[in-house]
Amino acid sequence: MSPFEEINTVIADPAAYARRLKDKTGKKVIGYLCSYTPEEIILAGGGHPFRLLGGDAAITHADAHLQAYCCSLVRGVLEEALSGRLDFLDGAVFPHTCDSIQRLSDIWRLNIPFGFHTDVVLPVKLNTESARQYMLDVLTGFRTDLERALETKISDEHLRNAIILTNNIRRSLKEIYELRSLNPSLMSGPDLHKLMKASMLMDREHFLAIATAVAAEMRRSDAPVKSGVKRLVLAGGFCNHPDIYSIIEDAGGAVVWDDFCTGSRYFEELVPETKAPLEGIAQRLLKRTVCPAKHSGLHARADHLLEIVRERQAEGVIFVLLKFCDPHAFDYPYLKRELDREGISSMLMEVETPLPPAGQIRTRIEAFMEMM
Amino acid sequence: MDKDTQKDKNKIKSVKRMKEIMTNYYIEAKTASQTGKKVAWITSGGPVEPLIAMDVIPVYPENHGAMIGASKMGNDLCEKAAVMGYSSDLCSYARSDISCATVNGGPIGGLPRPDMLVCCNNICGTVLKWYEIQARYFEVPLFILDTPFCHTDYRQEVKRYVRRQIDEYILFLEGVCGRKLDFDRLREVGRLSVEGQRLWQAVLDTTAHRPAPMSAFDAFFHLALIVTLRGTQIAVDYYRSLLSEMEARIASGIGAVENEQYRLLWDNLPVWYKTKWLSDKFASKGACLVADTYTSAWCGSLKYMDENNFLESMAEGYTRIYLNIGVDQMVKQVVEMIDKYQADGLVMHSNRSCKPYSFGQYDIQKMVQQERGIPSLMIEADMVDDQYFAESQIDTRIDAFMEMIRENHKRRESVNMSGKK
Repeated sequence: MSPFEEINTVIADPAAYARRLKDKTGKKVIGYLCSYTPEEIILAGGGHPFRLLGGDAAITHADAHLQAYCCSLVRGVLEEALSGRLDFLDGAVFPHTCDSIQRLSDIWRLNIPFGFHTDVVLPVKLNTESARQYMLDVLTGFRTDLERALETKISDEHLRNAIILTNNIRRSLKEIYELRSLNPSLMSGPDLHKLMKASMLMDREHFLAIATAVAAEMRRSDAPVKSGVKRLVLAGGFCNHPDIYSIIEDAGGAVVWDDFCTGSRYFEELVPETKAPLEGIAQRLLKRTVCPAKHSGLHARADHLLEIVRERQAEGVIFVLLKFCDPHAFDYPYLKRELDREGISSMLMEVETPLPPAGQIRTRIEAFMEMM
Repeated sequence: MDKDTQKDKNKIKSVKRMKEIMTNYYIEAKTASQTGKKVAWITSGGPVEPLIAMDVIPVYPENHGAMIGASKMGNDLCEKAAVMGYSSDLCSYARSDISCATVNGGPIGGLPRPDMLVCCNNICGTVLKWYEIQARYFEVPLFILDTPFCHTDYRQEVKRYVRRQIDEYILFLEGVCGRKLDFDRLREVGRLSVEGQRLWQAVLDTTAHRPAPMSAFDAFFHLALIVTLRGTQIAVDYYRSLLSEMEARIASGIGAVENEQYRLLWDNLPVWYKTKWLSDKFASKGACLVADTYTSAWCGSLKYMDENNFLESMAEGYTRIYLNIGVDQMVKQVVEMIDKYQADGLVMHSNRSCKPYSFGQYDIQKMVQQERGIPSLMIEADMVDDQYFAESQIDTRIDAFMEMIRENHKRRESVNMSGKK
C-alpha cells in the first residue's frame, strides 16, 4: 500500500484501525483530546496515543449530559464514548484544556464504564518559574498514574526513546510543511489534512516511516511551482473539514501554513534531548506555540500569527473557529485587529459539525480571495 | 393591619443600608484618582484580602455585570460587543464589560479605570481571556492566580503552586503600589474576612427555618458585600446587623413567602434581569427558593481557612471552591443542602454564559433524583443577556414543575397520615 492508501484507510474508520492495532500488537490504546497531552509519557509506557476528534453521528446520547451550547468537538466525543463506539479504548487522558473539556472529564469519569480515566491538570500559566515547577510535578504524577494504569514501569530510557520518536515525527511534519510552503503543488491541502489527522491516530513508529517516505518523495519531486497561486494561512483550533482546503484550491489559492492545534501547534518546538526527560517535555509544553486556553503573555498569539504570515509570505488569513469555542472566540477580535494594522486581509468562518452546505462556504471563500 | 403595611413590614430593612454602602463604595472607587488611591479590577473568586490590606480599592467587573443585568442594560451592551467582533455565544458578563469599557455605559456610567488587574481562574477559564483583553485595552499590569482544577482531590503540588503564587501576588502588589505590604494588617484583614464569611454563613443558615425569613433572591442582593468588601469591618458590621434582622423575623414568624408551603433549592447564577419575576412566580405557587449553591460559595471555603494563619490557608481556600471541583463533589454539596434546608425540589438555571456551572447539571439532576428522589426543573436562560429568556415557555414549565411538587407533597402527606393511624 502506498503511504496515502494506508492513510486513507485509517482516516475512513479510525476506530476500526485502533481495534486492528490492538489485535495485532496488544498495545493499549489511550484516547486524548488535546495537543498538550504528554504523548511521550504514554509512548514510554507502551501505550498508543489516539486522538479523539468526535464523529459524524447525530447527537443522541450526549444530549442527556451536555447542553446544546457546548462545542461539537466535546459533544461529539462524548457521543462516540456513550454509544460504545470507543469501547476499544483502554484509557482516556484529560489534560487541562478549557472549561468544556474540564467538565467532559468529569462526565466521562462518571458515565463511561470502559478503560481507565486520568486527569493531567497542567498549569494554565506557562510563563513563570512556579508554573514550570508545577508542570514538572504534574508530569511526574502522570508518569506514576500511567505506570499504575498500564501495569508497567516507565524508565527514563523509555522516555528518552519516546522523545526521540516524537521529535523525529515533528521534524518530518515540519519539513513536509516547509516543502509545501515553497511549492504548494507538491501536496494538496486535503492530503495534508489527512496526513496530520493520521499523525495523531496511527502507530507512531509506523507513521514516522510514512512521513519520512512522503517527505523524501516531495524532496525528489521536480514539479514546477505554479505562479499566481494566492497564499493563505488558516488559523483556529482544529479543522475537521478538509473541504475547506479543496474549496480554496479550486478558487486558485493554497493553504501554505496554519496555526491549528491539529496542525503546526502539534509539531512546532522540539523536546530538548539534553535535559532530563520530564524536564525536556515540560520545556516543550511551556515554549510551544501557545493555545488560547493557556496564558503566555499578552501578545504571544498575535506575534506568532504575524510571524507565520510574514515568513510564509501569505496574503490572507482565514480563521476557522468552532462554534462555542470560547478561548478562540475571545482572541479573534484582537488577532483581527493586529492583522488589520499590518494590512493583512482576514476572514472569519464559524464552523460546526456538520458544516453548512459547501456552496455557502465556497461563495464566502471565493469572495474573500478576490478581495484579498 | 392593611395589606400594604403588612407588605412593608415583611420587607427586609437592611436593604436600605446595603444600597447606601454600595453607593458609597462605587463613589469612592470612581473618585479614587482624586484621593490618590489605586483601583484594582478583580475576579469574584479572587483573593481580595491583600488588596484591602494595601488600601487598594477592589472593583468587580462581575458585580458590575450583575448590575448591568439587573438594570436590563445587558442586551444593548452585548450587541455592542458583537459589533466589536465578540461572538454572542461568549459569557455575557465578559461581553458587557468589554463593550462597556469602551463607551462608559451601564447603570453607573462605567467602572473606574483600573491601575491593575487581578484574575483568579478558580471560577472559570473565561476570566483569563476577559482579563487579557482588558490588560491589552487599559495597558495595565495583570496578575493571574492559576488555581488548578481539583477533579477528585486536592493535591500537594497544587497547594505548593498556589501558595507560591500568593507570594508572587504580594510582590506584584508591592511593585504596582510602590510600597511594602504590612503583614500585620493582612493578618487583621484575614481575621475580618473569616469573620465576615462566618456571619454570611450564619445569615444563610437562617433559611433552614420554616418559614425561611429570606429567600435566595434576597441572598442574591445581600451577597454584594461578602464578594466586594470581604476583609473589611463594613462587611462584618453589615452581616451582623442582617443576621439580627433575620433572627427577629424568625421570632415574629415572618417569612419571605407569605404562605410558604414548598421549599426549593436554586442552582447556578441568578437570571439577573428576572429575579423579581421569578420570585413572584414561585411565591404565587407557595414556593420559596430557600437556598442556593451560588451565594453559599462565598462562605464555602470556611472549612479550609484558618483565621489565625490566613496567609497560609489562602491557597486551599481559594482553590477548593464550588466551581473548581468535580461534578460528583458538587452533587455531595447539593444533597447536603437539600437535607439541611429540607428542599422539595431543585431549580437549575442552565446558564449559557457559565460552562463550568452548567455543564454537569444534567448529571447532578440525575444523581439528586437517585439519592433524594426530588424533582428538578431546568430553566434555560442567560444571566445577563435577555435575548435567551423565553418567558411564556418558562412560565409554563414552572407551572408544570410546581404541579409535580404539589403532587409529591400530597402523596407524602397521605403516607404520613396513614402512618399515624
